[in-house]
Amino acid sequence: MTDAATLFGLCAAALVGIGVYALIVNPQPLRKIVAFNVIGNGVFVLFGAIAHRGGALGWGGDPVPQALLITGLVVAFSATALAVALLLRLYDVAGSATLAADAPVPAKPDADTGRSR
Amino acid sequence: MMAALNVGIALLILALAVWTVVARDTFAAVVGFVAYGLLLTLVWVQLAGIDVALTEAALGGGLTGALLIGAAARLRRTEGAARAETPGFPTRLVAALAAVVVTAALAVAVLALPDPAPTLTHETAANIETTGVGNPITAVLLAFRAMDTLLEAIVVLFALVGVWSLAPDRAWGGRPGRLQRVDPNGILAYLARVLPPIGIVVGIYIFWIGADLPGGKFQGATILAAMWLLAVMAGLADAPPVGRTWLRLALVAGPVVFIAVGALGAVVADAFLAYPDGLAKPLIKVIEWALLPSLTVTLALILAGAPEREAK
Repeated sequence: MTDAATLFGLCAAALVGIGVYALIVNPQPLRKIVAFNVIGNGVFVLFGAIAHRGGALGWGGDPVPQALLITGLVVAFSATALAVALLLRLYDVAGSATLAADAPVPAKPDADTGRSR
Repeated sequence: MMAALNVGIALLILALAVWTVVARDTFAAVVGFVAYGLLLTLVWVQLAGIDVALTEAALGGGLTGALLIGAAARLRRTEGAARAETPGFPTRLVAALAAVVVTAALAVAVLALPDPAPTLTHETAANIETTGVGNPITAVLLAFRAMDTLLEAIVVLFALVGVWSLAPDRAWGGRPGRLQRVDPNGILAYLARVLPPIGIVVGIYIFWIGADLPGGKFQGATILAAMWLLAVMAGLADAPPVGRTWLRLALVAGPVVFIAVGALGAVVADAFLAYPDGLAKPLIKVIEWALLPSLTVTLALILAGAPEREAK
């Protein structure tokens, strides 16, 4: 029982590391959002492993952290959706989706028509 | 046997996580991420979190996957320019060092976790009878930690407000997303006709049993939202203009009922969100029934995105 918790706890630690690397190295904002989700998954799995260790009385895990995990997953989805919406809007207005400091300035900075037709 | 299975799952997940980093094509990376999300569901099962597994499958693998795939398809033209921005070797070395340090610190923490583990299982088991529900997760979500759930429902709503506020001026209050042009005889349209009846039954069943067995409103609402989105993606239905009054009432109904029940607790019982003796289960049911439609509409509209077409 504890073995699974330790194994997936270590797996979670590796996921956070992979996510940190991707977040820094990948220049594309969408890839950074995916990387951020990988970090988040790592944190959630680690928390889930800790919940599993706290299981007793025939319950496989401590229900309090498990319930918080469900809350966390829903909030993580909301944050991801908001980030993706921001990115798509940036692309519509600027015509590119780069985070580079020397990004080309859009022809009409306040253009609101975008390219979404 | 079980240990071998767990090691296999862990290795597959790590391999897919690496794939999302190294894949050249963002679309391929995102598809890998969806498969990775579904494998995480197995991790939750192995960690005895069936409720979490259901949420992960519906939200993490399902809705997040659909969201990212849609975005990757729309951003495809930026791929070439972005590749030129890949940082040089020094940055990558520093990033790798940072990743190794973080992983090592977490791994040490995992191996140093206290034994026996601190747990609230006994307290939950001792008090679950006062709530009248059989699923300890539901008892925590709607009784012991009801404040978290209330704030979560409001966070989801705020995320939707944030998404809507990104609408261009001409589409303010209009329909979200683009008009879908799909072959009416294609496989997508076929699935969008066949799957929703099954999905609606599954979603409501998962919601219905949530009081006593793994399941609940979040998982149910996510499945229902996915069924509606499937019909929208196949062009069989269209998203309503976000300015509609009925739509806004549907969005806030759940949180409003939740807050009203909480306020009732402040008056009748002794604290906000406290349930009067013997009324815990009916009030939990009221909150769940009120939250299900609101969450369904909110999650579906978050995924549909900012309004992009004028309301006609």
